[in-house]
Amino acid sequence: MAWIRKDLLGLEDLNKEEIELILNTAESFKEVSTREIKKVPALRGKTVVNLFYEPSTRTRVSFEVAAKRLSADVINIAAQESSVRKGETLIDTGRNIEALKADIIVIRHSASGAAAILARNVSVSVINAGDGWHEHPTQALLDIFTLKEKLGSIEGFKVSIVGDIAHSRVARSNIWGLTKLGAEVTVCAPRILIPPGIEEMGAKITDNIDEALSCADAVNVLRMQFERDEENAFPDQLDYFKKFGITEERLKKAKKNIIVMHPGPINRGIEMSSAVADSPSSVILEQVTNGIAVRMAVLFLVSQGHDQKNDNIN
Amino acid sequence: MKEKARLLDKETIARTLMRIAHEILEKNKGMDDVCFVGIRNRGVYLAQRLAACIKTIEGKEVPVGALDITLYRDDLTLIAAQPLVRKTEISFDITGKNLVLVDDVLYTGRTVRAALDELIDFGRPKSIQLAVLVDRGHRELPVRADYAGKNVPTSANETVEVRLTEVDGKDEVVIIEKE
Amino acid sequence: MTILIKNGRVVDPANNLDEILDILIEDGLIAKVGANIRTQAKEIIDATGTIVMPGLVDMHVHLREPGREDKETIATGTAAAAKGGVTSVLVMPNTQPAIDSVESVALLKKIIQETAKVNVFIAAAITRQRQGSELTDIAKLKQEGIVAISDDGASVDNDALFQEALEKAKEQQVLVICHSEDKLLSCGGVVNLGLTSTRLGLRGISSASEYNRVARDIQLAEKTKANIHIAHVSCKESLELISQAKKKGIKVTCETAPHYFSLSEEAVLGFDTNMKVNPPLRSKDDLAGIRQGLVQATIDVIASDHAPHTENEKDIEFERAESGVIGLETELAVAATELIHTGLLDWLDLAKKMALNPARALGINKGTLGVGCDADVIVVSPDKEWIVQKEKFVSKSKNSAFLGKKLKGVVEYTICAGEIIYRNADVRREDR
Repeated sequence: MAWIRKDLLGLEDLNKEEIELILNTAESFKEVSTREIKKVPALRGKTVVNLFYEPSTRTRVSFEVAAKRLSADVINIAAQESSVRKGETLIDTGRNIEALKADIIVIRHSASGAAAILARNVSVSVINAGDGWHEHPTQALLDIFTLKEKLGSIEGFKVSIVGDIAHSRVARSNIWGLTKLGAEVTVCAPRILIPPGIEEMGAKITDNIDEALSCADAVNVLRMQFERDEENAFPDQLDYFKKFGITEERLKKAKKNIIVMHPGPINRGIEMSSAVADSPSSVILEQVTNGIAVRMAVLFLVSQGHDQKNDNIN
Repeated sequence: MKEKARLLDKETIARTLMRIAHEILEKNKGMDDVCFVGIRNRGVYLAQRLAACIKTIEGKEVPVGALDITLYRDDLTLIAAQPLVRKTEISFDITGKNLVLVDDVLYTGRTVRAALDELIDFGRPKSIQLAVLVDRGHRELPVRADYAGKNVPTSANETVEVRLTEVDGKDEVVIIEKE
Repeated sequence: MTILIKNGRVVDPANNLDEILDILIEDGLIAKVGANIRTQAKEIIDATGTIVMPGLVDMHVHLREPGREDKETIATGTAAAAKGGVTSVLVMPNTQPAIDSVESVALLKKIIQETAKVNVFIAAAITRQRQGSELTDIAKLKQEGIVAISDDGASVDNDALFQEALEKAKEQQVLVICHSEDKLLSCGGVVNLGLTSTRLGLRGISSASEYNRVARDIQLAEKTKANIHIAHVSCKESLELISQAKKKGIKVTCETAPHYFSLSEEAVLGFDTNMKVNPPLRSKDDLAGIRQGLVQATIDVIASDHAPHTENEKDIEFERAESGVIGLETELAVAATELIHTGLLDWLDLAKKMALNPARALGINKGTLGVGCDADVIVVSPDKEWIVQKEKFVSKSKNSAFLGKKLKGVVEYTICAGEIIYRNADVRREDR
């Protein structure tokens, strides 16, 4: 099984084998971060551009560390979104970066589909680091990698995703990835935050947190964003915590070894209690470590896919 | 692809490895500070077998590590369209050791060059020696084997394939002619 | 000029004709329709194997002039119409400035007179600047020559104001074209609300935003007995409401656009902004419903909703891109491919929906091949295949939902007011 895509835009279009290839490759890269010299020359001389239209320290730093451990050169661009008729368009920015002979663009943008638009208009490899509500493939991959490490496999295991599903790219990517690998996925949120068609995507629905936790092997807790001014099902943070917060009492009713995940940064006392965040059930920090390995794997494979395509053209 | 000839059979391989083990012992005046690192994939099994030979001869356990050089290749060593990246596992410190690098076939020397680069990133061995089952010539870099099982002259349109029970179900070394 | 069109299959719903006949055109009018016409003619067209039908009357077109001549002009838009076999268009008033006053209508008429290649009819706005708060002077506008009113792009939210508009329109015998959309419900949405909007992570537009407003528009039409025409129907619920209304005798007609009877929401997957339209492409069920609606004649008219946009406004992030697709050059072929070649409709039905019915709705004497009527005639090769290519569009903008698609049906000749304004043969010669 070889990786042939020049880009990684989402998990919706990947098949099971491709996802497994990334996870297996990530395992090898995890070892690199345990060495004294945390560097391999795999991407030496390649240029990776972090094109971030939305501020994000965690994801950006994670990609930067991953790229540098592969010996790539990293450029960070904190870009401004253009309104129509003002400012440089996304495609123009992409073409400019292409003209610099960069090899990979890692893009985060607030508009769904931004990564796809960029990918179709430049020959550079594009990695989606989060586009609007659409997908955040590397986050889901590192979530799944962490689960696989803990559970041994994904198939047949039950995973619940809790939070604002409607507006969550992390939720969508996780649903795609987990269902393709054979997990049973349940989403849990107030009805108004569950978008139509989730069941057709392969996930079960509940608005009861205890039900979501009851047989789950793992729970992925999403960040609640209260800064958004529209459609706030929970204007009150305390109210959300009461109804959906992950607490030790709630976990007592769940499976004994349930794994608690969160993409970070955590809002302590809102999505989960401090006690849970710091408990041995929480793998939040391992997710961060695995994020480096997964992103190294993605950068490596995507740059091979890009070279493959060009070789085939020649 | 057509199998042209069988160079080594099961018994010959076993005897050859035993002979190499003796040579390693002799050159290093014993196995103190010696370790094996096999180049994935078949080099690892050969390294394990050499360690087993040493155990038989000296009764000593010699550490064996596995090195995946995929991330250190230069373009020209890409034998397959896209090799799978496997794990490097060296659980011991290589600094100060006489490290014997083990591979199945020595050809252009680029694999060994990549292995050397990677090993230096792991530490500073006292010396690195190279043991291969087959040396087929056609070096493109100044690399030589300290221990070679068999020297086989080959042409560019031939391939030497080492088959090991652990991977291929049988032990043999064959020359294959590419169509 | 005298033109003799020989041996074509003449399809004329106004006169219930569908047979092989000749047509003689003289001095801009249809002079004779019959078998084996023998006469001298400046131009003789051998129409063997083709369909000869009335020039299409497209009652929903945006030609962007005045104000956005970068997208399209009356000149380029009508040239595109000619290529597509459309000899009459109704232009929508959402230009810059909007067509909401006698002065703006006069200005537009001048541009039309100087540059238009086909007949251009004008729809004026219902409210000033289409803002929905103050009615335009419908009586004066009628005097100036408008044939319909619409705030297209928007609906008049204020029920009382809309009722007043309907009453005035009825008095003036002017058609009210309704863009039925409740923006409070559709607000910010960019694709159909459903599995596709969830998969794409885009805000969805529910069907309710359309059919709720359709219900309101029908209710007020019933109350005032005005003639209303529902534009770009996209969902089956709207059709149900319209069907019921017709049974009750309410004077409502409706139209759909080619994209609504050929594509469904899955076409948007991949974030193709050439599939971004308002109302959005709906579900497979709605697609089936629209096709049924055409067969059952609940839908009276097929109109393109030709909406040109520049690349700058389309080749950007999906949620920011403008809604709309061009359609003048493809509507006939898409209709032929999706409706005739699939056996859903025949050519007589199609000529009705694309020429006769729109003309009747607007109260203009077009869409017919009757003797003495304006010679707006097209000659179509019904089975010829072609592939929609960006470079070949005559329209200034290239935002088509059918790029790369193989279609059947090619316009060979477009005759308007008795003059051949488009010949396919010329185009093909130039290509060589």
